[in-house]
Amino acid sequence: MSDQPTAAEPPAPPAESAKQADQDNSGQRPRLGRLLIESIVEGNSVVVTALAIVTAIVVGGLLIAFTDPTVLNAWGTFFAAPGNAIARAWGSAAGAYVAMFEGSIFNPHTVGAIFQQKSIGVAFSDGTVSQVFNPISETAVNATPLIFAGLSVALAFRAGLFNIGAQSQFIGGALVCTWLGFGVSLPPVIHVVVCVLGAFAGGAVIGWLVGFLKAATGAHEVIVTIMLNYVLADFLAWILGTSGMRRPGRSDLISPLIAGNAHLPLLLGSHLRVNAGFLLALACAAGVWWLLNRSTIGFEFRSVGANPSAARSAGMSVPRTWIGVMLIAGGLAGLAASAVIQGTDFTLTFQSYGTYGIDAITVALLGRARPLGVVLAALLFGALHAGGIAMQASTSTPLSVTTVIQSLVVLFVAAPPLVRGIFRLHRATARGAGQSLAKGWNG
Amino acid sequence: MRLELRGITKRYGALVANDGIDLTVEPGQIHALLGENGAGKTTLMNVLYGLTQPDDGEILADGQPITLRSPKDAIRAGLGMVHQHFMLVPVFTVAENVTLGAERSRRLGLLDRRGMRREVRELSERYGLRVDPDARIEELPVGVQQRVEIIKALAAEARVLILDEPTSVLTPGETDELFTIMRQLRADGRSIIFISHKLREVQEIADVITVVRRGQVMGQRPPTATDEELAALMVGRKVVLQVSKSPAAPGEVVLAVEQLTVPDDRGQHAVDGVSFSVRAGEILGVVGVQGNGQTELCEALMGLRPVSAGSVRLAGREITAQTPRQRIRAGIGYIPEDRQSDGLVADFSVADNMILDVYDRPPYARGIALDLAASRANATARVAQFDVRTTSVDTPAGTLSGGNQQKVILAREFGRDLRVLLASQPTRGLDVGSIEFVHRRLIEERDKGVAVVIISAELDEVYALADRIAVMYEGRITGFRPPSVPVEELGMLMAGAVPATADKDQAAGESA
Repeated sequence: MSDQPTAAEPPAPPAESAKQADQDNSGQRPRLGRLLIESIVEGNSVVVTALAIVTAIVVGGLLIAFTDPTVLNAWGTFFAAPGNAIARAWGSAAGAYVAMFEGSIFNPHTVGAIFQQKSIGVAFSDGTVSQVFNPISETAVNATPLIFAGLSVALAFRAGLFNIGAQSQFIGGALVCTWLGFGVSLPPVIHVVVCVLGAFAGGAVIGWLVGFLKAATGAHEVIVTIMLNYVLADFLAWILGTSGMRRPGRSDLISPLIAGNAHLPLLLGSHLRVNAGFLLALACAAGVWWLLNRSTIGFEFRSVGANPSAARSAGMSVPRTWIGVMLIAGGLAGLAASAVIQGTDFTLTFQSYGTYGIDAITVALLGRARPLGVVLAALLFGALHAGGIAMQASTSTPLSVTTVIQSLVVLFVAAPPLVRGIFRLHRATARGAGQSLAKGWNG
Repeated sequence: MRLELRGITKRYGALVANDGIDLTVEPGQIHALLGENGAGKTTLMNVLYGLTQPDDGEILADGQPITLRSPKDAIRAGLGMVHQHFMLVPVFTVAENVTLGAERSRRLGLLDRRGMRREVRELSERYGLRVDPDARIEELPVGVQQRVEIIKALAAEARVLILDEPTSVLTPGETDELFTIMRQLRADGRSIIFISHKLREVQEIADVITVVRRGQVMGQRPPTATDEELAALMVGRKVVLQVSKSPAAPGEVVLAVEQLTVPDDRGQHAVDGVSFSVRAGEILGVVGVQGNGQTELCEALMGLRPVSAGSVRLAGREITAQTPRQRIRAGIGYIPEDRQSDGLVADFSVADNMILDVYDRPPYARGIALDLAASRANATARVAQFDVRTTSVDTPAGTLSGGNQQKVILAREFGRDLRVLLASQPTRGLDVGSIEFVHRRLIEERDKGVAVVIISAELDEVYALADRIAVMYEGRITGFRPPSVPVEELGMLMAGAVPATADKDQAAGESA
């Protein structure tokens, strides 16, 4: 096309231009009223996200049903007994999902168990009551590192940076956190705080390095973060083999246990794993929201993310913003390590970082790069994981089904037209976070 | 080919960009489409080129109705388009660009390079286009790139050529060459739709002039029609742009530029040893054909582009090495050339955009906390003061019309205490009402004692506003003139021809 079709903007006398106030000067965007209707009808983010989750669960259910050997046998005799085939397929999928629900949110059997105890007192003391809350606790525990790491990716994204390096920043945080955890001896509360701050600092250093390299040399942050993921993973494996970090008496790559004083305090008693890390994660989400929406720093982040050349013309330093946002993003990813090491594992292995780096991207994508969205997305993924383990234990369905469901959710969220197509929603506006996140690659 | 448009109507929401447009282009005719920016010319051409579908009306080629769903259909129907911004691949050769999309291949999928080159050479010779098929696009001057676009259209056997504002990027000399080429094409029986908002050019080259305003055809005139008549049709009133202003009362020198040299993105000297000074309370107009260093000069003055030599002083203080933020603090206001990309954050609200360069200062910030109430109060006051037509201060700035976007920028910049104002193309793409508004505000700033630099491609604008005019050509200032200078003389300076008296005038201009 030649240029913006400015032709759609006629020289209007003042009286009329009021009516056109909501008219983009490119003339190709719909009017405000229509946009409003559209956003309600198609609920640009919320409805599409919800439908993406529903779709993923349905597809996941089909997958569960049709990978179950008994179901497949039943389909072999479909024409003889169609009812049987369908019933078995339904039974298999429903059973798996019920197990997932019981493992992640609420299991009615645990309530029944209370009444089998001699008295309520005993039920409290031996943990039977705690069992009622165990699924929720597990969901929160699984969600905690995802919230931190998701916030890391989301924050960087709002400043226009694609942080693929939550993994390396996690490792940076984990190393400092673990070393402070077993290497020094401090009083109870102080030790926890020092380790948490150490985790933030360790991640921040790695994040800062990414921002600095981009600002100073123009290196693309996607390349730098991916490469740093390898560097840090191998560095971790190496340093765990050195005498300073290896647990005495062990031949595998595992650090000493951190001191009890450095453990994040449990929130609901000794039978449940949910700990203060979850509250810290929620606090960080609120903090990131404040930073983005209510602070001058966030104003800079968002300006640089939305239009770097306008930000520059307005006197902001784009390179400094990159460094600043990567510093904080790195620190947040480092806190994810704190949640794992001080909250659940109490030690560092060469695999502690798991898939948090990649999951963080999907969480940020699903959460539309907004703090509240990240929290909700992390809780969903946390629930899927907690439920998946329960499902694997009680049905024959493997845990990897949850990974498939997670991937499908993200796939559908990233492709809003697909979801709109399935549910025959109104025309697409090319403004979903899916596109905008994907856009980051070109940046 | 006889091309006929009947009742073409195109709506964008409530806005009617084209309102029942009738137009007939005879074979071998140069048909000028004259209208202001935003009159609907480009929309009409996009309809004609299949880039957008009309809501109503039909298009006929030689009496047969045709449907154009894509540029492909348009090309097949014998239409060719030369866009305002060229659609060329910079690293490809002329021949490669011409055959792009219509590559000819030999066996085994090899490109028929020889055939491609021959075709370009034939077309080039036939119409006197003088283009080397092996030259790489990025190495060619703009005028030649445009000819490559024309060859591209001819190679696709276009019988009706659409030229969208073809002269906006050309020097007067290149424009003459283009007109020669257009006459040759006409002699060959091809028709040309020539889109322009420049009266003189249209009168010179066209056979028929159709004037468009606010999406409607205002009338057809022969090229012999007078300036006044055409202008009246274009803007819908008799008076041509005129700003009432009192004579300037210049004070001391505020902005002093000394031998400033600025490299462009490729390391060439975009600005080459430029010196000038601007006094408090005067407007210096900088004119020149696009791409002669004005943009780079402005960016360098704002600190957005590094300087390789020379100095800039603000009220005697050296600011050559200062960052944009330091300059903003020192009182330089900046209205960027491209408001969409440099002036506004389209996704941000009007209120946020109005504090884009003061967000970290009181009253909008306390420490690192933003004071949203202060920002809203500021925006509400400024929206009223600058008559920004917006539903609320929370509306994203990107949804406003161009004129209102520009008002947001003006409101922001004029909200600070300025000593220098750099305004680059301050009225580009705006409607007449907005232009008047912007002009009035610029004069007001001048009268408050601000040193104003206006960089504009519109001679009329510079004539109307400037107290002194500097002409740029190839990175140098070829002369300073008072606003009483005749157009012809400015034209010569813009084309690099330095009149004999230039040295004396330049000295006078600098000391003024």
